[in-house]
Amino acid sequence: MALKSVRNLIIAGGVAVASLTGIAIAAGGGGPAHGYEMLHKHWHWSGLTGTYDQKAMQRGYHVYANVCRSCHNLDQLAFRHLGDKGGPFYDPKYKNPNDNPLVKNIAAEYEVVDMDPEDGSEITRTGIPADYFPAVYRNDAEARYVNNGALPPDLSLIVKARNDGADYLYNLMLAYSHPQPEYVELSPGQYYNPVIEGYKIAMPPQLQPQEGVFEYQSDTEGQNPPEATVEQMAADLTEFLAWSADPKLAERKSAGLMSMVYLVLLAILLWLSYKRVWRRLKPAK
Amino acid sequence: MSGHSNYEPKGAIGRWMDARLPIVRMGADFMAMPTPRNLNYWWTFGGILTLCLVIQIVTGIILGMHYVAHVDQAFDSVQRIRRDVPYGWLMQSTHAVGASMFFLAVYMHMFRGLYYGSYKAPREVLWIIGCLIYLVMMATAFLGYTLPWGQMSFWGATVITGFFGAVPVVGESLQQWLLGGYAVDNATLNRFYSLHYLLPFIIAALVGLHIWALHVTGSGNPIGVSDKVKTDTLPFHPYFTVKDMFAIVVFLMIFGFFLFYLPDALGHADNYIPADPLLTPAHIVPEWYFLPFYAILRAVPDKLAGILLMIGAIGVLFVLPWLDTSRVRSMRFRPVARWFFFIFIFFCFILGWCGAETPDDPSPLFGLSFYRLSQIATIYYFAYFLVILPILGLIEDPKERPASITQSILDSGAKPESEKALAPAE
Repeated sequence: MALKSVRNLIIAGGVAVASLTGIAIAAGGGGPAHGYEMLHKHWHWSGLTGTYDQKAMQRGYHVYANVCRSCHNLDQLAFRHLGDKGGPFYDPKYKNPNDNPLVKNIAAEYEVVDMDPEDGSEITRTGIPADYFPAVYRNDAEARYVNNGALPPDLSLIVKARNDGADYLYNLMLAYSHPQPEYVELSPGQYYNPVIEGYKIAMPPQLQPQEGVFEYQSDTEGQNPPEATVEQMAADLTEFLAWSADPKLAERKSAGLMSMVYLVLLAILLWLSYKRVWRRLKPAK
Repeated sequence: MSGHSNYEPKGAIGRWMDARLPIVRMGADFMAMPTPRNLNYWWTFGGILTLCLVIQIVTGIILGMHYVAHVDQAFDSVQRIRRDVPYGWLMQSTHAVGASMFFLAVYMHMFRGLYYGSYKAPREVLWIIGCLIYLVMMATAFLGYTLPWGQMSFWGATVITGFFGAVPVVGESLQQWLLGGYAVDNATLNRFYSLHYLLPFIIAALVGLHIWALHVTGSGNPIGVSDKVKTDTLPFHPYFTVKDMFAIVVFLMIFGFFLFYLPDALGHADNYIPADPLLTPAHIVPEWYFLPFYAILRAVPDKLAGILLMIGAIGVLFVLPWLDTSRVRSMRFRPVARWFFFIFIFFCFILGWCGAETPDDPSPLFGLSFYRLSQIATIYYFAYFLVILPILGLIEDPKERPASITQSILDSGAKPESEKALAPAE
């Protein structure tokens, strides 16, 4: 009887998890079309214990800074976040990311609008780690004006803001070359992309094999940085933006492991207590 | 069951206090409540739900310290919580996943009640208070989902408050009064935050009444035969505290699995896009726990009729004690009703599925569109309560029931060891 109860409980739990995940997957919906096969890359951070690859995130940041940055914001990120534990430029020597020289250097590459404390006039100064990534454009109107009426979305949450965001982003970068079906009609300034909803995108293909134009640097990206192929850049960028959308992933998974081990042990102890308490019962009558 | 108290105050201070405010006596009697010994794990969800409420209130109060209820800052403040507040990611995820877990548990609890006839005399008031709790929970969850001010927050709020606009004559002014303006905006967000903070305490008060009513009538049990002899029941503590604790920990493992490994699986990607009143998302879909009702809403072409059906789907639960004419509580002894119940569960899932899909799309079932499928499921949903249960109670021939709980345990445990015969569970 006891075993049966446990079995039922496990089945009930399994059904609950399965139905909820089923609902979650069903709600995802959508998908690419026109015979485009989504590439499902195995990401470093997938699975129960996977975390981000720091070198890949660093390379990804450089792709962002050199390519995406010309149009896209990182609204939710401050420079100091780059040096947080689990972040792309984290250095255990600098617990306070504001002291991290790599972070300081990156911040200094950006111009930040501020106020002159003397006379209150608007000035620009170089960034410090505490600043947030400044917006690329002064406002949405300017962003639309410059980009043919389209608003380049913020990238700091993009991986969470799309279903299967990592695969979505990676494939979006690589799918431009897919042959365009005739019935998709593009207006001037639009490009065909089978991954995006509606198959029309205002962003021209960005990651292209440009030998000599963009190369990974060996000083920050490891001794032997991989060749900056389109696939490599897309994967690295995805790694960086996945971290940007979910920077506490490593912390979450390690807390999860500890919690689950604790709960399993507690469940065993409680099960034994339960059996013991109920054993006290004398036969009825 | 209330009434006789076995509590004896110890010492002078205990007696002094007991004569003035018998709060210790209340707690002692509470823990000693005679509880049917044959309860199965479906009876552990009451404790699980209490824990869910506590988790939501505690995490909610902490989130409230960091959240900013303003259209320009709400979305970013949630991101600040997830990124910069120490353990803010844990608080925010627990609260968001916790809402889903709360509903998962409440649905289990309600299906338990439906299967074992927990709504029947003398537990009608207990059941109705439970329905009220569910209703307030739905309101709280809806209000809370608006607060992160993502795309789905904003458009969900727009759609739901739009229902009130369908009320004849006063609809438009009612809607404006609720929103605090002509559209969902800062005034709406502020009042939703205020109400989202208030309603959980109303739920807590209703839970108090629910438990009070439970202690008056006593728990039902899987065979639905009221406890008669002393051997039918056990004191709540330690027998059911330890069993509930075990079930709670198993539930927490499911909770933890989602919280730590799939924190976004039950949400919508669109809600990571800041609310934009000028850009409607392609599919506005409510959270999973509202999907069956959303499907009922969309099952008829007329807006007002859809709303009335949706309200009716919850309203019918309130009068269920008088719709079910059978005097047999547990479906274990109702061979026909049992199958209608399982079909009912099946159609609840179908409704949930229809709610998640676009109505005009064809479903994989018999080439029906999701619209038609949701109509069939809606008809069954109402027929179950309004036709099947009232008629079946009059014509069904129930199986023979055991004379008492003790007898049922002795019957089922036809094993040599007498200890095994009294083991708990089934």
